[in-house]
Amino acid sequence: MGGDMAAETEDPAGFRAELREWLEANCPESLRDANGPEDSICWGGKRWVFESEDQKLWLERCVTRGLTVPTWPKEYGGAGYSREQEKVFHQEMARINARWPLQSFGIWMLGPALLHFGTPEQKAHFLPPISRGEIRWCQGYSEPGAGSDLASVQTRCEDKGDHWLVNGQKIWTSYADQADWIFALVRTDREAKKHLGITFLLLDMTSPGVTTRPIKLISGASPFCETFFDNVEVPKEHAPGISSVVGTVNRGWDVAKYLLTHERTMISATGSGARSLGAVLSEEMGGITDASLRAAAVKAEVDALAIGLTLERYKDMAESGQGVGDASAMLKYVGTELNKDRHELMMATGGSEALEWDGPHGTRPADWLRTKANSIEGGTSEVMLGIVSRRVLGLPG
Amino acid sequence: MAKLVLNEEERMLADSARAFLDDAAPVKHLRELRDAGRTHDPALWKAMAEMGWAGILVPESAGGADMGHAAAGLLAGEMGKTLVASPFLSSAVIAATALRQVSDRRAADALAGIASGEVTYALAIDEGPKFAPEATRMEARREGNGFRLTGRKTFVVDGGFADRLLVLARTGEGLTLFDIPADRAGVSREGRAMIDSRDAARIDFDAVEATGEDVLGQVDDAMRVLRPALEAGQAALAAELSGLAAGAFGMTVGYLKERKQFGVLIGQFQALQHRAADLWCQTEVTASAILHAGRKLDEDPENATLAVSLAKARATETAKAAVIEGVQMHGGIGMTDAFDMGFYMKRARVGAEWLGDYGWHAEQVARLRGF
Repeated sequence: MGGDMAAETEDPAGFRAELREWLEANCPESLRDANGPEDSICWGGKRWVFESEDQKLWLERCVTRGLTVPTWPKEYGGAGYSREQEKVFHQEMARINARWPLQSFGIWMLGPALLHFGTPEQKAHFLPPISRGEIRWCQGYSEPGAGSDLASVQTRCEDKGDHWLVNGQKIWTSYADQADWIFALVRTDREAKKHLGITFLLLDMTSPGVTTRPIKLISGASPFCETFFDNVEVPKEHAPGISSVVGTVNRGWDVAKYLLTHERTMISATGSGARSLGAVLSEEMGGITDASLRAAAVKAEVDALAIGLTLERYKDMAESGQGVGDASAMLKYVGTELNKDRHELMMATGGSEALEWDGPHGTRPADWLRTKANSIEGGTSEVMLGIVSRRVLGLPG
Repeated sequence: MAKLVLNEEERMLADSARAFLDDAAPVKHLRELRDAGRTHDPALWKAMAEMGWAGILVPESAGGADMGHAAAGLLAGEMGKTLVASPFLSSAVIAATALRQVSDRRAADALAGIASGEVTYALAIDEGPKFAPEATRMEARREGNGFRLTGRKTFVVDGGFADRLLVLARTGEGLTLFDIPADRAGVSREGRAMIDSRDAARIDFDAVEATGEDVLGQVDDAMRVLRPALEAGQAALAAELSGLAAGAFGMTVGYLKERKQFGVLIGQFQALQHRAADLWCQTEVTASAILHAGRKLDEDPENATLAVSLAKARATETAKAAVIEGVQMHGGIGMTDAFDMGFYMKRARVGAEWLGDYGWHAEQVARLRGF
């Protein structure tokens, strides 16, 4: 939500004041550029090359306070923040325009799944390296034949006693070429009904037989890959007592469903904290004279504010014990459709200048094209509407 | 700010309101009023007042429940679900909020009258087809120690039966808000037959006498009193429209689950499923803006304009979509007077115009967001 709508909460224990002081003292000047390009945020992992000493320093400092994963328990590298404290943290980060210290699929997806389904040993083994940005994870869900119909994954996973043998292909694996590990949905029972024979497996991307191939998108970027598994042997235990399966064998769909909820909420948040379209418009066009463009932009602004409040409301609901569940499909749908609208408007205000790849508006055309994937990845808008109509509204299948 | 979820007290208020209204004021009640040629049911308002609704925004010292704007929005939302006709918005929300901006004996007495349900108010502000309070032309000419009000007000909601009127008029330097009895000499009101079957009047003022006592707040400074009252009314009306959308949508989804064509339930058709699902998404997004506006008015009323206009803009559009789809998805029966959806459609249109339409509120958002 835009700063002018977010009220500062009370600060009886001096929490905000202390945090503000720490951020002021520790966030390097050069990283106070939160509005910069998305890829300027550190992804971590063994292959990560820091763009500057400051970027490295900022990550290290945040790690010491658990601020890369503020709501995780302290024992796993978090700060143990309540949702209220997390809100304050976000407000204080925004206040100095601080760049996020670390982003990753480990933080967004595997972490929440492990916190919910993992054994104490798995949590202790896998979570701290995620919080420190040491291990970068990618997500192996979709396959060429399993897109919107995700539960029909075919990647074969056979029980070979002390190890699993994996064969198959994943697609749309985000940044698989730069990831250290992958969490993947694999089929462990070919006879069971399709939702019941799936297992949630963790494996090392350096295992022999794993190869990746980036997919070039219309934006020119290659955030996604094809990932191939050719007789990949995955130990049953990565270390003594550390199972390579999250949850129960053949019940990986439970974990996947839980995670999809997270993913949808996350994708829906894309762009909700963005600057007002009005500010962008008036800067670029000296106040808008094109009435239809202005009207469309105002409508997008109205919707953006209301959708931001809806994310806020659903977080509040989750915190007070009311499950978000299938409504995450709603959040994903409205958030991604809005983001596409916003970027269409940004292209229109940029005019011919926004048609150059590296023109006056920088990555704007690439960003615009990238948003077209928002309403496809993590379940298409049509799949989301299907979920709402069947599971929320109870319409007949 | 308080969380965007209902607390225990708020949930109980909404539940008890629903239980009461399902019994006392289902849509059938509005239909019966209309068929009897009536726009208002004093007995219903009396019952609401006895439950404390008329005093929902009145201080306890004046006999009110003083539960705040989020709570008033909950009541308005429940009323919207079954299209309850009452002076709740005019009296309990708008007039009560205006009177609370003034701390004198007379205002305290007036608030007590509202809370008890004995006195009803209407806001006489519009003069043309669109909401434009700043462009008010009606004149209150100074005469001796007082004023003479001359001119015409239109679309005075609940103005046909209200006991008192809040009248906005131009006084030389600026605008002034007057609080006068509706039966004062020179006031003539004509109830108009409105599409939503509810009360609205055209009121002519012919050199109506007003004294300094009748001025609410300060002369030439109406907005200090009126702005909070308008914002409270806009937020509550948005809540009513949001409830209206939910009511219409509930009927529509119910129909999709029972109506068969081509040998199947029409709710099995993906074309209808996706439209219904989209509509539900819109109602959820709007509901967030409604609750937020109530919270903002309760906790930071000086800076609530953006939140209120956001709520009214969204609610107007969502209610419109809900009734258009409501009629369309019901097919032929949706077109008939015997079916209730038409009542929802007509009230949604009136609610869209009252206190500023989508364009007016979207413009407020634009202004406050740097357009």
